Amino acid sequence: MTAPLLRALRRLRWYVREFTDESAYERYVAHLRKEHPHTAVPDRRAFERMRTERRESDPRQGFRCC
Amino acid sequence: MRRANPRTIVVWSLVALVGATGWSVLALARDEEVSAAWMVAAALGSYAIAYRFYARFVAYRVLKVDRTRATPAERLDNGIDFHPTDRRVLLGHHFAAIAGAGPLVGPVLAAQMGYLPGTIWIIAGVIFAGAVQDMVVLFFSTRRDGKSLGQMAREEIGPFGGAAALLAAFAIMIILLGVLALVIVNALAESPWGTFSIAMTVPIALLMGFYLRVLRPGRVTEVSLIGIALLLLALVAGRWVAESSLADTFTLAPSTLVIWLVAYGFIASILPVWMLLAPRDYLSTFMKIGTILLLALGVVLTLPTLKMDPVTDFASRGDGPVFAGSLFPFVFITIACGALSGFHALISSGTTPKMIQKETQVRMVGYGSMLMESAVAIMALVAASIIDPGLFFAMNAPAGVVGDTVQEASKAVANFGYSISPADLARAAEQVEEESLLSRTGGAPTLAIGVSEIFSKVTGDSMRAFWYHFAIMFEALFILTALDAGTRVGRFMLQDMLGNVHKPFRNVSWKPGLILTSAAVTGLWGYFLWVGVHEPLGGINQLFPIFGIANQLLAAVALAVCTTLLVKSGRLKWAWITAVPLAWDATVTLTASWQKVFSSDPRVGFFQQRSDYQDAIEAGMVLPPAKTMDDMHTVVTNSTVDGVISAVLALLIVVVILDAGRVCLRHIRDPHASRLSEAPYVESRLTAPDGLFATREEKQRASEQEPAARP
Repeated sequence: MTAPLLRALRRLRWYVREFTDESAYERYVAHLRKEHPHTAVPDRRAFERMRTERRESDPRQGFRCC
Repeated sequence: MRRANPRTIVVWSLVALVGATGWSVLALARDEEVSAAWMVAAALGSYAIAYRFYARFVAYRVLKVDRTRATPAERLDNGIDFHPTDRRVLLGHHFAAIAGAGPLVGPVLAAQMGYLPGTIWIIAGVIFAGAVQDMVVLFFSTRRDGKSLGQMAREEIGPFGGAAALLAAFAIMIILLGVLALVIVNALAESPWGTFSIAMTVPIALLMGFYLRVLRPGRVTEVSLIGIALLLLALVAGRWVAESSLADTFTLAPSTLVIWLVAYGFIASILPVWMLLAPRDYLSTFMKIGTILLLALGVVLTLPTLKMDPVTDFASRGDGPVFAGSLFPFVFITIACGALSGFHALISSGTTPKMIQKETQVRMVGYGSMLMESAVAIMALVAASIIDPGLFFAMNAPAGVVGDTVQEASKAVANFGYSISPADLARAAEQVEEESLLSRTGGAPTLAIGVSEIFSKVTGDSMRAFWYHFAIMFEALFILTALDAGTRVGRFMLQDMLGNVHKPFRNVSWKPGLILTSAAVTGLWGYFLWVGVHEPLGGINQLFPIFGIANQLLAAVALAVCTTLLVKSGRLKWAWITAVPLAWDATVTLTASWQKVFSSDPRVGFFQQRSDYQDAIEAGMVLPPAKTMDDMHTVVTNSTVDGVISAVLALLIVVVILDAGRVCLRHIRDPHASRLSEAPYVESRLTAPDGLFATREEKQRASEQEPAARP
């Protein structure tokens, strides 16, 4: 009984983390390790800062509609 | 020929039957009470058939989406803005980005024509125009590495049409922000409960921003949960404030609110994104998804009865108090979001194409999200149609017509041909703990009354006032976010344009330029807001049609770009799939602009209005609803400005359509002369399902290729 329930919860957690982009850092690290193994990996704080700065410089990123 | 299996035939026949029954009941009902269930049935049945058949046809036969072609997300994957995103996640992202206050406001105002015209337009419009536009723009932008609509217009049509499109987009953004802000002012004026809870969203967002920046970077879910808990607390606390001695501090006149909103818009747009905008975005997205789910559940659980007429007399007479003009063309511009919205083209050609895994998914993400937004619009129409029509008109007619007391309002409503007693009007306001509901124009308060009606059927009457303010808070929350984000986008466009004249403006981090352009953008929409609040003829009544025209004109730009691309990419035979909606949209909008400029009915035509009031001023008379000579001069100035804007917008769009037509003709005459800027074909190495549910073959393909695929 608990196995399907656990699986459903895991899926929900995965969806929420993807939807809110909370998983962005892990995705970026995975991407760097795979594609550019010799570059230094930024820590999460630096990464999140870089992300908001990108949005700052082009406000059309993540723009929402009426 | 391929044979369909019998089970499929049975299932789709049933779906068609459900939809057809819904439509028949809605169309044939006369003088009897109709349940909202039929509206839901007509909508869902039609959506299912459109998605299964028409969207499939457009995607596979017309666009020829190619499963083997790598998307920009795969080719340019940088782990940040370009990355292949699961289709279900992207559907959520895209839906949250396109659906805002628009689909909730337009249908409510359009309910003045009765529920039937709105229902037909929302459903038919989304199937043949709105969802097609979103999907086709998404497809073409995906083929161009996620280029924006403006860039595509410039590259595929030409610099002239491109510049007109850009200018139109900027003007539309300004009018949109002014009208949205006006909706907020009308909902919060003289309401200490609403004003307090909305004011509290600022410190809550600042706290969340600090948490995400300093304490725990990137932990969005936990900070959003904290934020929502605080938000609900602020909502409950609003009632205590309204009942305490602090009430006067938060009871603000409309003109005071204008100053607060303009100041907020300016300051918020020059603060760093992490402080206010990003956390607000999380809050409003969570609230939006949550409330829409609750509303859908509420409508389905309670299945309320529609009290509005199917078609009111205003539809043919064109003298409705909410907005003037007859059913054609004004229903089709009042309901923009939910049926056909030009703004979506900005989303479909920006963020989403950089994240889509497979071209085949444009059907689910582009067409599917728009069907969901249309369903939201249907729910808003249900919410507006289940309240007493007398109350609806007392809330939505301009103050000059309704008067200041419930007695006057009751008489005014009787003049419209409906009836509600002064006692009932007073009781409706009391039930939601508001001072008055008279002339609360803009749609948000009416929707909130409808929502509180539906929700209190589930939770009991004691919660009615809470649900009313919950609905107001949820709309105000994302309109405020839109003011901030929209000012930034407007500023970005302005910086780009001014950069042609004075180079440093292009540099978006050049502080003086930033402050100057931010002030200019807030000043511009602030002007419309100020005018709307002080308009003797009613701000929503005068400005909402311009907003509708503007939004539909942007759709005309998007559809013109789509049609040009279809022709240029050798799909001339199928160009009608966007050319027909374009012809319809252009007819509706240009007719509306024409009437707004040239109509001899002073309620509709801005220049007729201007000359009538000018003549009266010269004769020394005051025409109602104006009360003083100052009001008379205000009307003259405003109708001149409004008339000129309507004319300029229409001209810009005619330029874009003519220029697009020229490019199409040139291509038909000499296909070799035109150039198509499409990214070259690269073979895809990803496997991902095409639709919401993976088929058996897709699952098999995925397990063969990546044994450890997630999730």
